[in-house]
Amino acid sequence: MSNPPRVAPSPSPVAQASHGERGFWRTFIFSTDHKTIAKQYLSLGIFMAFVGGYLAYVMRWQLAFPDTSIPGFGFVGPETYNAIVTNHGTIMVFFVAMPILLGSFGNFLIPLMIGARDMAFPRLNMLSFWILAVSALIILTTFFIPGGAASAGWTGYAPLSARAEYTGVNWGINLWLLAHALEFASFLMGGVNFLTTAITMRAPGMTFFRLPLVIWQLLTASVIFLLSVGPLIAAAVMLLMDRLLETSFFVPEGGGDPMLWEHLFWFFGHPEVYVILLPGLGAALEVLAVFSRKPIFGYRWIIYSTITTGVLSMIVWAHHMFVSGMDPRLVMPFSISTILISVPIALIIFSMILTLWKGSIRLTTPMLWALGFIVMFILGGLTGIVLGSAPANIQVHGTYFVVAHFHTVLLSVVIFGGFTGLYFWFPKMFGRMMNEPLGKLHFLLTLIFFNLTFFPMHAVGLAGMPRRIANPLQYEFLTAAQPLNVQITISAIGLIIAQLPFLINFAWSIVAGKKAEPNPWEAATLEWTAPSPPPHDNWGETIPTVYRGPYEYSPPGVREDYLPQDRALTARSAQEKR
Amino acid sequence: MYLNWLPENISTYGGEIDSLFRLIYAITLAWFIVTVGALLSFVWLFRRRDGKRAAYITGDKLSQAAWLLIPAALVLVLDLWIDFRGGDAWAKVKLHVPPSEIQVKVTGKQFNWEILYPGPDGRFGTADDLQIDNELHVPVNKAVGVALRSKDVIHSLFLPNLRLQQNAVPGREFHAWFQATRTGVFEIPCAELCGFGHSGMVGHLTVHTAEEYDNWVKEQWPSPKGEAIPR
Repeated sequence: MSNPPRVAPSPSPVAQASHGERGFWRTFIFSTDHKTIAKQYLSLGIFMAFVGGYLAYVMRWQLAFPDTSIPGFGFVGPETYNAIVTNHGTIMVFFVAMPILLGSFGNFLIPLMIGARDMAFPRLNMLSFWILAVSALIILTTFFIPGGAASAGWTGYAPLSARAEYTGVNWGINLWLLAHALEFASFLMGGVNFLTTAITMRAPGMTFFRLPLVIWQLLTASVIFLLSVGPLIAAAVMLLMDRLLETSFFVPEGGGDPMLWEHLFWFFGHPEVYVILLPGLGAALEVLAVFSRKPIFGYRWIIYSTITTGVLSMIVWAHHMFVSGMDPRLVMPFSISTILISVPIALIIFSMILTLWKGSIRLTTPMLWALGFIVMFILGGLTGIVLGSAPANIQVHGTYFVVAHFHTVLLSVVIFGGFTGLYFWFPKMFGRMMNEPLGKLHFLLTLIFFNLTFFPMHAVGLAGMPRRIANPLQYEFLTAAQPLNVQITISAIGLIIAQLPFLINFAWSIVAGKKAEPNPWEAATLEWTAPSPPPHDNWGETIPTVYRGPYEYSPPGVREDYLPQDRALTARSAQEKR
Repeated sequence: MYLNWLPENISTYGGEIDSLFRLIYAITLAWFIVTVGALLSFVWLFRRRDGKRAAYITGDKLSQAAWLLIPAALVLVLDLWIDFRGGDAWAKVKLHVPPSEIQVKVTGKQFNWEILYPGPDGRFGTADDLQIDNELHVPVNKAVGVALRSKDVIHSLFLPNLRLQQNAVPGREFHAWFQATRTGVFEIPCAELCGFGHSGMVGHLTVHTAEEYDNWVKEQWPSPKGEAIPR
């Protein structure tokens, strides 16, 4: 406080803060340390994944054996089923995927990989997390209030969501909207923090083209989130006003337009998909380079492709609305932009595959997850072409084909991409190694049950089974697909059980895993130059200076097969390098 | 083949959509095999061997980047192929609508399809209009125009066998059309979540032969002259 003002900001807040002992509350609960906050996001995401997974189990049981008593739940009526469908979607997208991939990875990796001691705004960072926690608490509360939880679908299409009498749910949807507004505010603040940190607090020598790709992708994700979420926050408030004050923004009586909500929702909703995708893609890229011992093939091309994807993601939203009744002349432009997004994404996939070429590939647990991610992501991306093509979309719109597609593509990101990152950065996060055989078992079981669950859903969808129906036996034309529904349900339960090896591994390794070296994977990026786990200010006295790009693996003329970003070579050879 | 899961097509334009499915299926299956095949074989070929160092290839040089850019260009070409075929199919289904020989109004409401027939005079808003819930009767090989509305929330009229799906949105009226090529009874599920009765909201489309249809019309609109048949 008595310090004279300086021209340049110093890393003092953290350095000062790390001087004295801080109590339990400031260390573990209301911490401003980006690493602790990252773990908080991770814990919240994993906890909510249990809730979402339980809801998935209830749904699947009902679809396979309609109107039977579900073990661990009881009978589920149509109203409850709608509430479960709605909240499964909301929780998995907003309270699992976002906290883990953006919240946790972003918070943990951005300062450590760019060479900063913390986020630019540590208190804002803490606030972001706690607003998200309140938002998650609100969502969970809605299950226990009169009228039940929101049941208008995770997309909340008006007028179903706009008037309580259409669903019979009153405060469930009001609070669901409030939770959304809070969650968006939380990630808005988080995004501002990410961008400010990465733009202003990079270590000496860390130019933009020396940033690891996962940082580029987290930043692109933050930018498209910031650009797209504003309209939906406004829309959520307008919908809340429709419900509470009987305004009519989205109901036709009084001049509103239900399709306006669809546009506003998807204007955010589609970029949101890429907000989740990009960090997962980034995690897989980091891991690929480390365990092929090779530079990422076409580093700059991936950056350009990432930015192109981000731009295109803002102009494809109406592909969710091909049968909504929007002007049919506008459909083809959206169909074309949607299918064109495959070009930059395919380029990134090609460079991932080419990175393997002439590598020295180690099939460690993180590497297996990364390879699994690529394969499942290719599958999910390709089925997206069917949906992106407007005439084909007519047939499969709103069916289980859509469910199959986005589970394959999004879960490849959340499960495979998420576990890639978690197994890879676990030693840095917790200072201990995870058990490799258990990790590989977890991967194998997940890969098998994942495909047994989601692949047959494509067939069910082609057969015409609509999403969000509670009982397929009410339709004669679905009789042939019912055995598949049963098989999917059994596999889905298998997929949930397949997460047990992870939980055991995770809990056991935190407590009793082998102590991790600072750089157990012999990786070249900056986070591995800090101790495992890093102290509050990450590097102690001096922050590293960066001399080269992030993927200098197996460079010629160096004895080891990697060159850390911060290692100074002699002046002459440093000049030669870059 | 996987596409056999598609229900039987009974509409004039459904073939367009199905052939698009087949084109996309062929292209995406080929890409899946090529990319995943390359990935798996690289993982096998370049597995770790003692004393063997990975090659230092950055992909920065244009000659190396060509390995990215040429396949990406191929993706672009195939995309455009799918887009152009899709554009044609879309135009046939949605834009070049033939004049309808039969007109009906379908209104979604929680949780029924209200189907309004204009009656023998072929005009709506007259005394012989007839509303039947959830039963849509049409003759085979005639272009049927559907004026689609909703009374409350968004519903979606889905006829899997016709390759027809169209949302019904309150406050708006949309026009859909089809021409069935085969007789039979087919289900009409609602494909957009519309409330607690969404599951089980299902109507039936009955496609009659010309004679059957005439008989059905006579049953619905018994007239002393027995000649009033909607055109």
